[in-house]
Amino acid sequence: MNARIESKPDPVKNRTTVERKSDREVVVTRTINGPARIVFEAFTKAELLKRWWVPKSMGMTLLSCEVDARVGGKYRLVFDHDPEPFAFFGTYVEVKPYSRLAWTNEESGEAGSVTTVTFEEKGGKTLVVVHDRYPSKEALDAAGGAADAMGETFDQLDELLVALGESSGQ
Amino acid sequence: MRERLRYILNHMVQYMRTRLDTSFAALSDATRRGVLEQLGRADASITDLAGTFHMTLTGMKKHVGVLEQAGLVTTKKVGRVRRCQLGPRRLEEETGWLERYRQRWDERFDELDKVVEELTRKEKSDERKNRK
Repeated sequence: MNARIESKPDPVKNRTTVERKSDREVVVTRTINGPARIVFEAFTKAELLKRWWVPKSMGMTLLSCEVDARVGGKYRLVFDHDPEPFAFFGTYVEVKPYSRLAWTNEESGEAGSVTTVTFEEKGGKTLVVVHDRYPSKEALDAAGGAADAMGETFDQLDELLVALGESSGQ
Repeated sequence: MRERLRYILNHMVQYMRTRLDTSFAALSDATRRGVLEQLGRADASITDLAGTFHMTLTGMKKHVGVLEQAGLVTTKKVGRVRRCQLGPRRLEEETGWLERYRQRWDERFDELDKVVEELTRKEKSDERKNRK
C-alpha cells in the first residue's frame, strides 16, 4: 500500500519573483505545488520548517528550531556559527490558518523587519507572497543591500586575515 | 590588527550603503527610470529627453542631475548640446543584491516544494488507505 512513486518526473519548477516595492519593502512571490493548508503547515510546524527554511548555499547549520505559531507566540532558530552560535528570533503577530501569517524579526533590535506571508490557493496550488517591511530605508539597505553585498567581501577579508597573520608571524 | 580591519570594514559598509541609497533614490522616480530605459536604447540630449517626457528643460536637467549624481548617467557637453549616456555598469550592481535575495528564496521554495509534495502524497495515500 505504501506505493510511493519515486521515478515520477519533477513537476514544472515555478518561478520566484522579487520586487523592491518601496524604500522599505521587498516582496517575493512563488507558486508552490500543493494546497494552502499543507503549505501553511510547512511554515508553522518546526519539524517541517527546519527541513526547508535554511538555503544550503548559506552554508549554515541549524542547531535548533522552535516555533509557536500563535498570535504572541515566539519562534527561535539557532545556527552554528564561529565563534559562537547565533539566533534569528521574533514574535508571531498574525496567524490566520491557511491564508495569512506575520511575524517580527527581532534579532537586529530596532531595525527589525516585519514579514507577512499570504497563501492563496488556486487549482490545488498555492501562491505564496512574502512581504518584508523594514522600519526604514536604511534598515532595508543594511539587511538586503550592504550586508548582503558584503558576503563576498567578508570571504576576501578572511583570506586577507590569514595572509596578514602569516606575514606578521615572521 | 583586528581593530584596524574592523575600522576599514565599517567604512566599506558605510560607503556601500550611501551609494545604494543614492542609487535607489534616483531609481524611485518613474520619469528617471524612463530616462534610463531611453538611454539604454540610445544616447540623447537633455532637449531630446525633455521632449520625449513632455517636460521643461529645467525639469529634465534636474532629473538628469539626480541620475548623474548616483553615477547612473554621465553627461558631456558637445558644442551647445549636453549629451547624456548610461553610466558605467552601475545598474547591475544595484540589481545584484535583489537577485541574490531572489536566489535565496528560490532555493528555499524549491525545498518547500519537496516537503509539500511529500506531505500531499502521503495524505492522498492515507485517504486511499482509509477508504479501503
